[in-house]
Amino acid sequence: MGSLYAIYRKEMGHYFVSPIAYIFIGLFLILTAFFFNVILSEVIKQSFQMEMQGMRFGAPSDFDVPAAVMRNFFGILSTLVLFFTPILTMSVYAEERKRGTMELLMTSPVSELEIVLGKYLASLSLFALMLLPTASYMIFMCLRSDPRPPWSMLAAGYAGVLLLGGSLLALGSFVSSLTENQLIAAVITFAASLFIWVLDIGRSTDSGGGAVLQYLSVIRHYEDFTRGVIDTSSLIYYASFIVLFVFLTVRSVDSMRWRRA
Amino acid sequence: MIEVQDLTKSYGSVTAVDHVSFTVNKGEILGFLGPNGAGKTTTMRILTGYMPATSGTARVAGFDVFRESMEVRRRIGYLPENPPLYPDMTVETYLDFVARIKNVPAERRPARIDDALRKTNLEDRRSELIKRLSRGYKQRVGIAQALVHDPDVIILDEPTVGLDPKQIIEVRNLIKGLAGNHTIILSTHILPEVSMTCDRVVIINKGKIAAVDTPQNLTSQLKGGQKIHIETEAPEKLLRDVLAQIPGASRVVIEPARAGSRQTVTVEAAQGNDIRSQVAAKIVEHGWPLFELHGVSLSLEDIFLELTTDDASHAQSSS
Repeated sequence: MGSLYAIYRKEMGHYFVSPIAYIFIGLFLILTAFFFNVILSEVIKQSFQMEMQGMRFGAPSDFDVPAAVMRNFFGILSTLVLFFTPILTMSVYAEERKRGTMELLMTSPVSELEIVLGKYLASLSLFALMLLPTASYMIFMCLRSDPRPPWSMLAAGYAGVLLLGGSLLALGSFVSSLTENQLIAAVITFAASLFIWVLDIGRSTDSGGGAVLQYLSVIRHYEDFTRGVIDTSSLIYYASFIVLFVFLTVRSVDSMRWRRA
Repeated sequence: MIEVQDLTKSYGSVTAVDHVSFTVNKGEILGFLGPNGAGKTTTMRILTGYMPATSGTARVAGFDVFRESMEVRRRIGYLPENPPLYPDMTVETYLDFVARIKNVPAERRPARIDDALRKTNLEDRRSELIKRLSRGYKQRVGIAQALVHDPDVIILDEPTVGLDPKQIIEVRNLIKGLAGNHTIILSTHILPEVSMTCDRVVIINKGKIAAVDTPQNLTSQLKGGQKIHIETEAPEKLLRDVLAQIPGASRVVIEPARAGSRQTVTVEAAQGNDIRSQVAAKIVEHGWPLFELHGVSLSLEDIFLELTTDDASHAQSSS
């Protein structure tokens, strides 16, 4: 346990001593703030139009502005996550191998699982830290709207982003453990993430295979969360995804001993 | 402290380490000497648990390096060929990190870090970022890292590479100072380093052990026959005949010397024959001037070359 914490601390130190964390968090906040602004004004505009139409035809409008903003905003967040996670994980093992510090870790009384978990939890923490401030936009919006949307909806949305990001970070860490080249790690992670993203296209087919593909897509489960629904099957999906890739990373780190030529 | 038996490591068809066996006693400094690519680094990596051997066993402090790897890793301090440093850390936070992953208890950590800093003369650099340090200082941080958990065994892969002469002397003294409390294996391809720091030498070439002995024994054992170096001025043919007639002289090589018409002559004699006085007498007898006469003992350098090259012609063509 002590070693796991030591590695976690070292990784966090690495993020925050170098400009990595600040650039990441800063960029992410600028982008999300911009998109939030656009989405909010668009949705409000839309709701006015609905209101006017409602008045014209005499029917009351039931357009839920906060829910629409949340759905759109979480949609944008997921896309940003797709771009940010490969960069976040590309150096996790690649850099360590290049510098030769992997040799230090692997000749210390630290198990592969401790190395992998320490690093994974650190990347997840940084991800959570860059995500967290965006909640302030949403909280602000919720406080200003009447009737106030349930907090559970917001919580479900953020749980969804964390699980989605956590899955892609696990995938990215695994890819990073396979190569010494950071650029290759980033590109492959991005391509692989995109691939499991668009498995969702199986949606159109009603055959059994289509349903399987649909279940395997990372983004389909995410959509439930953005609607405030926490589905057990989605939780199991993300949990298995993360466990699978953490396990594969452990095997990959372990195999570094054997495949070194 | 360290027992290595029949250790073999192959990468596909290449055998990097070939049935290597040796032991290191507690408190001893063992030098691993060999040309680049001889299998020094591979052997060390197996000992530190970094990679498994293909066959054979290695035990450190009684623990098998493969099956009881964690126990071995707790007892080993290891400086790889390239010091494993995190450039963004300060010297002190780096050593703290290493102490943590080496399971040094929290209450002993500050004292251990101070001790490692003191031994490597890094006390005034403790809060400096590692990336700002020069090559020599980085190497010292690498050594401090190997000492910080006060391990029984210290394994240093080329500890003096890339250092300037003054730093090399410092590092050698540091290593000598560590012996006794720690068992040390160091590898090098620099010969004088071995004779200066090590108690025993393992000469390794192409994955095989060529010799294991103390530096002194290696020098005397391989001295074989005696070699005499002479500088004189004489007609070459006559000189050769005269010297070859001395009983015990086996080979006479005459080369023109740099200065004027002098010659440098090397006379080899079979073991146990000291022919120096006879050589001197012969030269004086013929009235030739004698500028220089001394016995040549084989240096470690010669031994090394003798052991690591199959035959002279092959060595010349391949190097």
